[in-house]
Amino acid sequence: MVKAKKGVGVAIWIGAILLLLVLPLFIARFYVYMAAIIMLFGLLATSNNFPLGFGGIYQFHHAVFYGVGAYTTAVMVTKFGYPFWVSAIAGPLMSAFISLVMGLICIRLSKLYFGMLQISLGSLIWVIVYRWYSFTGGDDGIHGITLPDVLSSYSGAYYFTLIVTGLCLYCMYRIIKSPYGIVLQGIRDNPVRSEMVGVNVRLHQLLALVIAGFFAGVAGILFVVVDNTVFPDMLFWALSMETIIMCLLGGWLTFMGPMLGAAVIMALRTFVSAYTVYWALVLGIIMVLVIFFLPNGILGWFTGKFSSRTERVEEHEFKNIRPETD
Amino acid sequence: MLRAEGLTKSFSGFRAVNNATLHVKKGEIVAVIGPNGAGKTTLFNLITGILRPDAGKVLFKGEDITGLRPYEVCRKRITRSFQVVNVFSRLTVFENVRVAVLSRERKTWNLFTPATKIATEETARILDSVGLGAKATRVSAALSHGDRKVLEIAVALGGNPEFLILDEPTAGMSPEETSRCIDLIKHLSEQLGLTILFCEHDMELVFAIANRIMVMVRGATIIQGTCEEVRCNQAVQDAYLGGSEAECLM
Repeated sequence: MVKAKKGVGVAIWIGAILLLLVLPLFIARFYVYMAAIIMLFGLLATSNNFPLGFGGIYQFHHAVFYGVGAYTTAVMVTKFGYPFWVSAIAGPLMSAFISLVMGLICIRLSKLYFGMLQISLGSLIWVIVYRWYSFTGGDDGIHGITLPDVLSSYSGAYYFTLIVTGLCLYCMYRIIKSPYGIVLQGIRDNPVRSEMVGVNVRLHQLLALVIAGFFAGVAGILFVVVDNTVFPDMLFWALSMETIIMCLLGGWLTFMGPMLGAAVIMALRTFVSAYTVYWALVLGIIMVLVIFFLPNGILGWFTGKFSSRTERVEEHEFKNIRPETD
Repeated sequence: MLRAEGLTKSFSGFRAVNNATLHVKKGEIVAVIGPNGAGKTTLFNLITGILRPDAGKVLFKGEDITGLRPYEVCRKRITRSFQVVNVFSRLTVFENVRVAVLSRERKTWNLFTPATKIATEETARILDSVGLGAKATRVSAALSHGDRKVLEIAVALGGNPEFLILDEPTAGMSPEETSRCIDLIKHLSEQLGLTILFCEHDMELVFAIANRIMVMVRGATIIQGTCEEVRCNQAVQDAYLGGSEAECLM
């Protein structure tokens, strides 16, 4: 029974990966672009959810790290002429560094106060990017970033996004299932108790922020690859809100929820924007509906329905170790 | 083993703990009793570093641990359970204890080994010893109140303590659960040799398991002595029973 259900899960995964691999062969160029955009926003939302859903940290201005990663790469390539690959590695590292610095300041506060301070500091970075015309291109942004030949075709960009997103998700999943991940979830549920079992809560939270910042930076690089541009809206707080809504809609206590949320939001945005300019209004209504009817998000609702599955698997594991303990 | 001297803590002018003194010897079971609001929990918070005392000292095995952060206190092998159930509500029973064991083994910075491969046997052993083995896969929020109180103790045991502090371990338990909890506390003291400090309102339980008793009233220590001494102490009776007819408690 357990094995059969697990088998279904594996089959769905293999099917999804195969579908994503052959997708560019069948669909129009615009949809390939959309698929890549969804994946990178899914990565952004998943990295936002890492401190939010698994660490209980109110990561309210996550887009800053996404924008910093993208801008670092864009500026290094266009202003200083560094090779793309070097700049692409520097981008996420810069995001992680900014995340560390902002984290050191914000982590002294908790919950909402943390979130508010993060929005303030993040907006400061946004203003710098928005105003510093000579360096960041101001509100024009930077266009036509030269990419290596492999990435310059739209299918090249798509496959690069697919592989990098897959790798990043795998890494984050491993981290969540690691001892550190379990402890982080303990901190989310109960920081006081965590401290009382010997965990240095702030230091663990800080690491979660740095990890999240790094992967947001990776998502930023992917946007540069897919879209070839950077612009100040990438660091604007509105985007942060949107990624939080992706997390909540998909299911902030699940791992794949934010990716699902990203797919739904990006698809809706594309189609709704064709009919009306009031996309934000639609987004707001979605948010209200989610809070009222799906407090655990779409995927959270599904796993709640079939929760016995995970429970049984764990029970099975537990029985295996029993004989040794007796 | 543990000495608290002259501990004082005020909250906006109200002295919750006022010059409290406590001695616990190795291997003892010491109970702290006192009316509601006497400052028992605040005293425990001062000892475990959740609160910083305004004055006074806490010495553990001769070492000054006053004002250390809770995680530093825990690493001295002092762990505690809480009066109001205070566990990791979204984690399973097994994971709750695993967090404590991982933390004690200093494996919390391990990012890449699956947690299921670490600390599993130790966690299973602790859960078996408190009788929660059969409920290991439940999410802790779904447990009954009594089981959650036992899980409290199990999480505290995950830190492999020498000195265990239990804040009203049986509060809200059914009589049957209470008697099982008493057996558990006795077992921890006798079999594992833990030194235990606890506070409790149930006098029957206090006199059944405590070697010595400390009585607190309005934040101050009235007396610390054996059960007999405390039972017949006039000051205790005045404070605790309002100077009523009883010659001795119970």
